[in-house]
Amino acid sequence: MGDLIQLLVAKYNYWIYITLMMIGLYAMIAKNNLVKKIVGMNIFQTAIILFYVSIGSKKGGTIPIIEHGHGAAGSHVVHAADYINPLPHVLMLTAIVVSVATLGVALALAIKVYERYNTLEEDEILAQIREK
Amino acid sequence: MIWQIDLAILTLVVIAGIGTIMVKDLLGAAILFGAYSFMMCLLWSVMGAVDVAFTEASVGAGVSTVFFAAAVFRTTRRTKD
Amino acid sequence: MKITGLIIAILAGALLIYATADFPGWGDAASPASTHVSPRYIEKTMEETSVPNMVTAVLADYRGFDTMFETTVIFSAGVVCFILLRVFGSEEPKESLYRHVLTGVTIRVRAGGEIPPDSDDFERIDVMWTPFDLIIKTMCRILIPFIQLFGLYVIAHGHHSPGGGFQGGVILGASIILFAISHDLRTALRRIRERIDALLCATGVFIYAGTGALCLLLGLNFLDYAALASILGVDPITARSHGIFIVEIGVGIAVMATMIWIYNNVSSRGKYDEGL
Repeated sequence: MGDLIQLLVAKYNYWIYITLMMIGLYAMIAKNNLVKKIVGMNIFQTAIILFYVSIGSKKGGTIPIIEHGHGAAGSHVVHAADYINPLPHVLMLTAIVVSVATLGVALALAIKVYERYNTLEEDEILAQIREK
Repeated sequence: MIWQIDLAILTLVVIAGIGTIMVKDLLGAAILFGAYSFMMCLLWSVMGAVDVAFTEASVGAGVSTVFFAAAVFRTTRRTKD
Repeated sequence: MKITGLIIAILAGALLIYATADFPGWGDAASPASTHVSPRYIEKTMEETSVPNMVTAVLADYRGFDTMFETTVIFSAGVVCFILLRVFGSEEPKESLYRHVLTGVTIRVRAGGEIPPDSDDFERIDVMWTPFDLIIKTMCRILIPFIQLFGLYVIAHGHHSPGGGFQGGVILGASIILFAISHDLRTALRRIRERIDALLCATGVFIYAGTGALCLLLGLNFLDYAALASILGVDPITARSHGIFIVEIGVGIAVMATMIWIYNNVSSRGKYDEGL
């Protein structure tokens, strides 16, 4: 039991990220409304981005911009342990922009579904399809 | 990283996330999604990821919320669940 | 369905929580993510590319292929929204509403009826029309040039401060969307026509890929900006910095045009007559 408490205190942040991911997953599966499903997809995406960005942090590291880059001390040696890891930030920039593109396409599809079936609830759409 | 700020913002993020999928009004869900996005941006700037926070502030809390509101305006605002 | 969803979410969450026992602690400098290739990026960015912002250097130079295809994904998302939603109907809507400004009387004109001539007494209004609000229109007209200036600043200063092509492009697109929301969608469409918008989107992707092909033509690898040193007349390290800048401009143009395009299509349901 003490071991579990130790684990909880050390890794509580990962547990919260997993909670966020599961909120998004539940919304995508269980909600009937199409716009709620799209919102769940976005929650899932931002939770994964949060997880990646948190991996790149370092204790005591500063932001990944070299200050006085072009100044008088321009040729000082850069130590990798002083700056936080910029690689997850780069990958997640791409992920954020792709997520907004996917959001635009998903909303266009939702508008088209509404024009055809006059409702956004999944069970009503399935009922209308089965009636035909 | 100051863990008190982290814990407070994380709690707000989870509350906003649960609120977004529970409200019965789709416009309210879109606005709460904007709030969730902005809380995420704060979280990332506390962690030191300034570029990612900048992008999320402009994309998530800006343009994404407008897209949602435009789509809700063009379809329907009520939902049953 | 809800119970199934809940069970699936709880099972997946439990599995992931069980896997977190192996994760490195938060802020560990010796974690696998921070040890293999990223120390090289951190230490060598300033001397190889002379760009202080490491994220911009890695995004546009070391991992330039990913960014090029990401710009292509943005462009294709704009094209898909256009294909899905756009309805090229006739220019005559079924009925249009006009409002006499002086008395406030609304006239509904059916198709084939007499549209009042282009005079200042009548204005075309939307189905969900709100009265003229002086504060919103004036404040937005004052703010929009400053927002655009800030967007251009963010693109240009991507080397030294957080920012870059994407952020600046989204801010520029958001300024035009603000113009379309505060005034009419038709007013915004008169300023930025649909054809110019689509062309700008493709031009952004073309600038990016064109810079890469130019480097190929000049003798080095695709997207290796040191080849631009012969055209620009500087040493290869500064040429890489300038290459990053040109590429960020391309990305900014593509993202701005796509945001405006998607907004136009989504908010008017493809018909381009009335907006939000």
